[in-house]
Amino acid sequence: MADGMLLLQAAADTANAYRDFPWIGSRAAVWIAAEVHLMFAAFVLGVPIFAVVAEAIGIFGKDQRYDRLSKEFTRLLLIAYSATAIWGAVFVFLLSTLYSGLWAYLTRIFGPSMWVYVSIFFLESFTLYLYYYGWDRWKYGRAKIVHWCLGILLNIWGTIVMFIADSWLTYMMTPPRDITPQTSPASIKIWHAILNHTWMPINIHRLIGNVVFGGAIVGAYASYRFLASRSDEERAHYDWMGYVGNFIAMSALIVLPFAGYWLGREIYQYDQSLGITMMGGFMSWLWVIQAFLIAVLFLAGNYYLWVGMGRIPGAERYQPYTKWLLVVLVLGALVWGTPHTMIADSRELAAMGGSHHPLLGALGVMSAKNTAVNLMILATFLSFLLYRRANIRPTVPWAKAGTRIQAAMFVIAAGVVLFFGIRGYFVEAIVRIGYSVYQVGAVLACIVFVTLIDVLMARGAQSLGAIQWGKMPPRSQYALFILAVTFTWLMGLMGFARSGIRQHWHVYGVIQDMTPYAATPALGYAAIMISTCVLIFLSLVGFIFWLGGLAEKSTFVPSTVEAPHVGH
Amino acid sequence: MRTYLRHPFWQAAGLLVLAYLVIAFVIPLLPGSAMVPSSVVLQYMATVLVGILIWVSDEEARWTQFKEPLHEVLVQPRLKMVRNGLLAAVTLVVGCLTYSQVRASVAAPPNLRSIHPAPPPQITFRGKTITLVGLDNPLRRSGDMAAHLAVGRRVYYQNCVPCHGDHLDGQGHFAAGLNPLPANFQDNGTIAQLTESFVFWRVAKGGPGLPREGTPWNSAMPAWEDFLTEDEIWSVVLFLYDQTGWKPRTWEVSAEAAK
Repeated sequence: MADGMLLLQAAADTANAYRDFPWIGSRAAVWIAAEVHLMFAAFVLGVPIFAVVAEAIGIFGKDQRYDRLSKEFTRLLLIAYSATAIWGAVFVFLLSTLYSGLWAYLTRIFGPSMWVYVSIFFLESFTLYLYYYGWDRWKYGRAKIVHWCLGILLNIWGTIVMFIADSWLTYMMTPPRDITPQTSPASIKIWHAILNHTWMPINIHRLIGNVVFGGAIVGAYASYRFLASRSDEERAHYDWMGYVGNFIAMSALIVLPFAGYWLGREIYQYDQSLGITMMGGFMSWLWVIQAFLIAVLFLAGNYYLWVGMGRIPGAERYQPYTKWLLVVLVLGALVWGTPHTMIADSRELAAMGGSHHPLLGALGVMSAKNTAVNLMILATFLSFLLYRRANIRPTVPWAKAGTRIQAAMFVIAAGVVLFFGIRGYFVEAIVRIGYSVYQVGAVLACIVFVTLIDVLMARGAQSLGAIQWGKMPPRSQYALFILAVTFTWLMGLMGFARSGIRQHWHVYGVIQDMTPYAATPALGYAAIMISTCVLIFLSLVGFIFWLGGLAEKSTFVPSTVEAPHVGH
Repeated sequence: MRTYLRHPFWQAAGLLVLAYLVIAFVIPLLPGSAMVPSSVVLQYMATVLVGILIWVSDEEARWTQFKEPLHEVLVQPRLKMVRNGLLAAVTLVVGCLTYSQVRASVAAPPNLRSIHPAPPPQITFRGKTITLVGLDNPLRRSGDMAAHLAVGRRVYYQNCVPCHGDHLDGQGHFAAGLNPLPANFQDNGTIAQLTESFVFWRVAKGGPGLPREGTPWNSAMPAWEDFLTEDEIWSVVLFLYDQTGWKPRTWEVSAEAAK
């Protein structure tokens, strides 16, 4: 009798805990709201980082164009903030009404942090208003420094807000091990819940990801304005802006895989089942798509640089080498995209003797993938280096030796990457995992030391002529569009992978999803959902770009100062 | 001929054809290789095509030169026949591709089966709960290894050899009649990548115990817990690694556990 009553009570609790959403279902509704909110959040967190760095270059480099660039983006932020808040509200309302049981559970643990979150969001908004509306008032001297500090403060608020929200979602994925389905949420200490396995890796991964995303959005905005430009001067301004956006996006992209690797490692350490579902189970197909999309990013980013060399006097010295960099990138993309378990029909499976190709299957394992991506990163870095050097000739007496040392560093880094990549096939998995640290270390060391030598070598270098900003073929601008679209898509895709590995759990191993939507969606359905979110976001961003032009004319002012080369 | 060889358009076309020949015909001929599945051929060709398009368009002069033949075919009156022929050829190719995609076929369609789906944290083996996470083969720490291997050999030849084969390469007598094919333990992509507890789980629960992503309805592997004891399964797992020479994946020791 008592058991029957308990069952009835449980049924009533379950019925009260969920509601359905018309037409698309509750999961799809929450999915869209959460994803679009997240994309806008990345926009409003990434662009301020971009803006404050640009303002600093403007102040300390005494180049007014960076200041105008920074202001132009802060204007777009005002509208984007509203969109972020609106989508955030939609998300919270949908979650609290459709998944009220889960919402009650989360608020029981994280309630105080939600109040802090709202307060800081409030502070962040007003800091943004001060930052933007005070731009022309605090323009000179010490006031300008104070204004720049406001920009830093804006970023601090934004980062805290993101860290707080990250704690909620990472708790759902990797709750501390001592928390079980029987643990009362009232007894869980908030800091214990926040300091879970994946909280800091996600924070760092998102922080870097937001810089990449901010740069890509800036690049897309610049390309939109470039294509719509009516004068050469305006075209030159937006060409330069597009370059800056691409530079920041690609620079941050180079370190992003390392942060992603740390996150993946933490997921494995927390629970190997989660890790295997993500990398070896059915989610592994997302990694093949991800490999494709990241290859698109590398190719598009490099393409933009190579086309851009056409407007730099002196670049013709380096143009013959770009085709070899392209060969490395294409071979890297081929290896990186090779699936371990191949999609094959029964005839092909019989010919291969299973789902693993007897020869190409060797390219489907992590040793090959890590080697490919590290070589692609090195090739991209070399592209940047050639672009940077295109219109200068070093005059320091040790220039030749310096260049030789740089070349040796590239060779050593590539050698280390290849050595450990090949050796990885002959050792145990546990040893092989450790090899990726050596590969990453070699690439990072090469990037740091080669850059250092290059900066020292560029001092007092002879100029071969100024970059002819604006003399860029329109097709190069589509590469910037591709970058922005691909970044957005990747965010949705890999966000799904991260969230989807929980499978039928709201909070992994603690609260089970009892809705009809508990099953992990098929890849086709997930792809449609992610693409829908990307379309909604990009349409709204397009609208914001248009509004940005409508509300005020572009901040472009003909410049009398010669455009400096970023990084010089 | 030399003019054609130096022209970016024909160089690009030649590279594309060469890439296709290498991927579809040369790779299968290499020692130890096999035919490349059409999904992978398509993926590789798409990547190569993007690379070629980048190469022809990253320099203004090359891009202009590359477009010349295309432009001429589209507008030159003297090339009317070529234009019409090209139009017919493109239409025919698209039609053939469409037909090959939609025509009825007796072959089972390709599927996204996960070969190594994530194992559950724990399983129930004949009523006993076994936690798979962090579990090593208990026979490695107890008894006589030679005796365990002898048991494993006996179990393998009595039960596994018809499908997985004498060489443990998935080429047993029954293999040709099975789809999906039995696992090839000599391949570095199977047991070499797995922990022993994963292999134990797969042997004990077989096809019916696969999670949904592993398509449990699509495997002939029996659930061996109905026929073998726990020690017999651990013995056969030892035998698989001993015979193939692979070492099982070991568990990573976390900082907490190491204390």
